[in-house]
Amino acid sequence: MNRITEIRWHGRGGQGAKTACLLLADAAFTAGKYVQGFPEYGPERMGAPITAYNRISDERCTVHSNIYEPDYVVVVDESLLESVDVTAGLKKDGAIVINSAKEPEGFRPLLNGYQGRIFTIDARSISEKHLGNYFPNTPMLAAIVKVSKVLDEDQFAADMEESFHHKFASKPQVIEGNMNCLKESLKEVKGA
Amino acid sequence: MSIKDRMSGNEAIAYAMKQIEPDVFAAFPITPSTEIPQYFAQYVADGKVSTEFVTVESEHSSMSACMGAQAAGCRAVTATSSAGLAFMYEMLYVVASARLPVTLACVNRALTGPININNDHSDSMGARDSGWIQLYAENNQEAYDNYLQAMRIAERPDVRLPIMICQDGFITSHAVENILLETDEKVKAFVGTYEPENYLLNPDMPLAVGPYDTCPYYMEHKVQQAQAMKNAKQAILDVAADFERTFGRRYGLIEEYCMEDAEAALVLIGSTAGTARACIDEMRREGKKVGLIKIRSFRPFPAEEIAKALSGVRAAAVMDKSEGFSGCGGPVYAETCAACITLPKVPKLIDVVYGLGGRDCRMEDIRRVYDHLYEILETGETGPVYLHMGQRSNEKEVL
Repeated sequence: MNRITEIRWHGRGGQGAKTACLLLADAAFTAGKYVQGFPEYGPERMGAPITAYNRISDERCTVHSNIYEPDYVVVVDESLLESVDVTAGLKKDGAIVINSAKEPEGFRPLLNGYQGRIFTIDARSISEKHLGNYFPNTPMLAAIVKVSKVLDEDQFAADMEESFHHKFASKPQVIEGNMNCLKESLKEVKGA
Repeated sequence: MSIKDRMSGNEAIAYAMKQIEPDVFAAFPITPSTEIPQYFAQYVADGKVSTEFVTVESEHSSMSACMGAQAAGCRAVTATSSAGLAFMYEMLYVVASARLPVTLACVNRALTGPININNDHSDSMGARDSGWIQLYAENNQEAYDNYLQAMRIAERPDVRLPIMICQDGFITSHAVENILLETDEKVKAFVGTYEPENYLLNPDMPLAVGPYDTCPYYMEHKVQQAQAMKNAKQAILDVAADFERTFGRRYGLIEEYCMEDAEAALVLIGSTAGTARACIDEMRREGKKVGLIKIRSFRPFPAEEIAKALSGVRAAAVMDKSEGFSGCGGPVYAETCAACITLPKVPKLIDVVYGLGGRDCRMEDIRRVYDHLYEILETGETGPVYLHMGQRSNEKEVL
């Protein structure tokens, strides 16, 4: 049977959760997978909660609905935990990855009784260190690859480097920062 | 060899447009089709196409600009959604009756109101009587492939009708999925050049386009237009056959899935077909004889083909992604029922209106429809034939 990995992203409009979701689809495509990457749109405004989804599989997945029982959840903005039930339907043997400087277990009381694994990554400090500004995309992307093991880490890093060379062809000075950001993020994921 | 890539439905359409390089692209942006002119404007800015990109102040004007360009002898294209399509209405009819094969990429979105940007089919279903050919796609691949076939169908001398290439807003237009692309060279060779017989910029044969048509002639012209729509059926099949020979992917007027021995079937349009197929695979493993008819061409309506496909079925649900407000079911249901009237044994037919304004349709929703069909078969009672699915309600006309 076609094993499908389903991932749900929670972020705020303007933070790049949709971009990170599409980047993951890109990286998985490059690794030879079948991919879906799609956002769920509400009224479009900066700061409003947004959701985006990935399906990654070895055969084409024809289902075109949102994801209600994800294997993994990524939270790009920890302030969402107060207003959004981010672990709704999250599978017990899956995991949640939260962008935060705090320790993973500290979040358990906020997760509506969720029993599964919790990871955190301090995307802000990693991003500010290597890119001089707060762009949580790359760290969150690296963290979900690390936690889900949906892609081979080394292959992922190599593919992303090539993709950065293409994407930043006109400003090669940012490639190194993005790659350092990605590599450090792969190491700095905290949790079970 | 096809090229493996990944992109959204909107980008797939813009990419097809780039490969075809139409003479004129006139557009006004509206969500969710905005990305199509946006991507294309980038191709224009980068010098990758020689197309005249016309920015207009409204959709009425974009369709008017397309009409002028096509009448002059050019290939003209546009893209729109929802209220944008509604704003074109007058010109849709004018272009169709002037027999100008303009190509419109329609990214389906709910038609106001209350205001809503998400997917359903109420925009293009409202335009179903305007005289445009309408092809619908299930995913980005079909949107791309339909677009490559559009002009060959529309421009054929025995057709000469405008064509709408529809895809589901957001679900298809904004979802990045794998896709097989063809090379520019092969696409250009397949689509060919536009060789109109009569056109405004031909000094040897002056003509008028769109003049007043008096009573003694009007009906003759309308019958010719109706004949052209009948001819479009064969044109769609012929172009699909050549497409399959060239690129290897098969298309028809409808697509049947597991219909050979199906006792319960769905008839529907667009992206939900993929979700239904996954549900059918699951139910077939449980021994349920369920099947699917996906309509690719809604205009012309493949009445004979749908009736034939349903001839062995005992119960079928037609799924309408637009309300229609007839008081007795949506447009796909009405036309499917009309198609089946010629059958010696008409299956029990119900309508399920679903997915309005982006209401999600999940595999379990599809299963609920099949379960309902089996209940009809077991009890012999069809019950209410005009149902709505997925909304918060306890009424019995709700699935």
